[in-house]
Amino acid sequence: MNWFRRLTSGLARSSNRLVEGIARAVGRGGLDAAALEALEEALIAADLGPSVASRLIDGIRNRRFDKGADEVAVREALAEEIAAILAPVARPFAPDPARRPHVVLVVGVNGSGKTTTIGKLARALAADGRRIILAAGDTFRAAAVSQLRIWGERTGSRVVSGAEGADPAALAFEALQAARADGADVLMIDTAGRLHNKTDLMAELAKVVRVIKKLDPDAPHDVLLVLDATTGQNALAQVETFRSMVAVNGLVVTKLDGSARGGVLVAIAEKFALPVVAIGVGEGVEDLSAFSPAEFARSLLGLSPQI
Amino acid sequence: MFETLTAKLGDVFERLKRRGALAEGDVDAALREVRVALLEADVALPVVKDFIAGVKLKAIGQEVIRSVSPGQMVVKIVHDHLIDTLGATAVEINLRAVPPVPILMVGLQGSGKTTTTAKLALRLTQRDKKKVLMASLDTRRPAAQEQLAVLGQQTGVVTLPIIAGQDPVAIARRAVEAGAREGYDVVLLDTAGRLAIDDELMAEAAAVRDATKPAETLLVADAMTGQDAVNLARAFNEKIGITGIVLTRVDGDARGGAALSMRAVTGRPIKLIGIGEKLDAIDVFHPDRIAGRILGMGDIVGLVEKAAETVEKEEAEKLARKAAKGEFDFDDMAAQLRQLRKMGGLSGVMGLLPGVGKIKKQMAEAKVDDRIVRRQEAIIGSMTKAERRDVRLLNGRRRRRIAKGSGTTVEEVNRLVKQYMEMGRMMKQVTKLGQKGVMRAGMASLFRR
Repeated sequence: MNWFRRLTSGLARSSNRLVEGIARAVGRGGLDAAALEALEEALIAADLGPSVASRLIDGIRNRRFDKGADEVAVREALAEEIAAILAPVARPFAPDPARRPHVVLVVGVNGSGKTTTIGKLARALAADGRRIILAAGDTFRAAAVSQLRIWGERTGSRVVSGAEGADPAALAFEALQAARADGADVLMIDTAGRLHNKTDLMAELAKVVRVIKKLDPDAPHDVLLVLDATTGQNALAQVETFRSMVAVNGLVVTKLDGSARGGVLVAIAEKFALPVVAIGVGEGVEDLSAFSPAEFARSLLGLSPQI
Repeated sequence: MFETLTAKLGDVFERLKRRGALAEGDVDAALREVRVALLEADVALPVVKDFIAGVKLKAIGQEVIRSVSPGQMVVKIVHDHLIDTLGATAVEINLRAVPPVPILMVGLQGSGKTTTTAKLALRLTQRDKKKVLMASLDTRRPAAQEQLAVLGQQTGVVTLPIIAGQDPVAIARRAVEAGAREGYDVVLLDTAGRLAIDDELMAEAAAVRDATKPAETLLVADAMTGQDAVNLARAFNEKIGITGIVLTRVDGDARGGAALSMRAVTGRPIKLIGIGEKLDAIDVFHPDRIAGRILGMGDIVGLVEKAAETVEKEEAEKLARKAAKGEFDFDDMAAQLRQLRKMGGLSGVMGLLPGVGKIKKQMAEAKVDDRIVRRQEAIIGSMTKAERRDVRLLNGRRRRRIAKGSGTTVEEVNRLVKQYMEMGRMMKQVTKLGQKGVMRAGMASLFRR
């Protein structure tokens, strides 16, 4: 099954509700106030958030549909609006081959899927013939190192690890030294999950960056924030805090194969214009894809992909 | 976790309070704001609708017209309705079954099942003096079984030996058998994370349920969950049948609307909440406290409990005695600042205080944060012993020296001195109230600038 179908099947449930909402809305004969409200609520139910939803509805309100406009036309129009918001943030993950190594720091709240994402990214890069080193920077969670090591075996990548409870900054430093000595193409640094409102833990993350910079002032070249698609409006707070602490420059949205819609992505794109470098659409190692705004928007609205 | 919602509702009701009598239009206006606030807090749409309809029914009419203070009346109605929706009282874990009592943990990937399992095991061991066995049925995520084994070592709770290649149902059976044979009171079964729409895995969890007949099936869910909370709660309840909910990451700043949604949709109580990374950071869910926080009434009980935990009693009594004699000095102030920091800093404490949503926002805008507390400690640290005991010594030159020594400015030193004087004055006034009074007044004066 290709990734779009996976995404679509995952999003189908939400889209169905959205579609039902719109069908109800237009079914009442034109987009009157009640219909617009139903439409807005449908968007809210997809986690787009009240403010983005109302902005989108304003766009639809001004668009003036023909008297006989069917609900597909309204959905198309909405999908266009959403795709327009998302278009500027689609940027595939592309480590610079000139750098040795290209340093990638992966951060996020607990349980968002950082380690799995690293495994999937490593898999894709390894298949591309890149030499990868993984740094097991999650020294806090029990067995996190073992989890990454299994990914290392699967992808044929070396894993640099320290003792449980070791200083993640020191480990990152060591890993970068090792990666340089090995002439690795990409160094991916895993970190412990942390809630963004824990000041001490966020400071620890800032220290990791500071220490890496001692070896390479340009590193980390990518700081990826891994975001769970199930997350609601709190995702905005996560992006804001992580971005201010460690200069996040890319997002990975995981678990889009579930019933959650990841609609908050639209709100994030609007507010932060932060690139989405990949989306996770399944549990398999190959289930990580580039982010396509048009397809995401269309599948969010239950429309077939544009050709 | 509900701070921002608190701020929203605070604004609404502040507007209401300023007016005299409350008309139907006012209620509608307020409820529109309540609706948006709830949606921004990730309360699921159908739940919001029911909630608003319920409040409106109660709010419009006699009660409001007759009430003396309409604003307060609406606050109370919304508050009561929130508690109704969240469940009126705290519900404990049900252990009334023939030992070993099986407890099944289910939830989405990354919701915190394994950590919660270990936390619950520790709680049952320490608090309820139960002999607990943990078993991981997660044969899918790399190193998941190992994770639980490590947590078992950390908590001193026994975990079922791992046999590679066994399927979840077989592991569950083996766990219950071992539990019976070796005289355990409780067997905790940690399942693999699964998608609500994955029928195969949901069937597997149901098979584990049928094989073990758990006394509790707890749905572990993230407090940050968005609108999907209703879907996942409904799916898990319909396909596996849950008896309660554990809300994790309540120590985050998510507004936690998921709590309302899942409770409303399943009718199952939220039994426990995860409130930190440490393995003892789990607590029973108090609906009344949470509802109070939502409405800006503050979690006073939580604050007092937190204070009681952190503030060394002896130190507090010593402080009270000194204050009564007017001997409150800079060392005492430093001790208070330390306590404040231990309680989670200004923001931690403020989140629990009533009606501070707005102050908090102003603080954020003015970039006042917890670093101020540390800077103030540094200022006191740069004073001589004599200066700490006698504020009158602090002339301009000394203040300049202190500012230099602490890496701050003379203005900051002046501000601290002023604050110290105010605290001292208040101390004298409130010593009659006892140590709690002292503490509260001390903190209150910190917030003033």
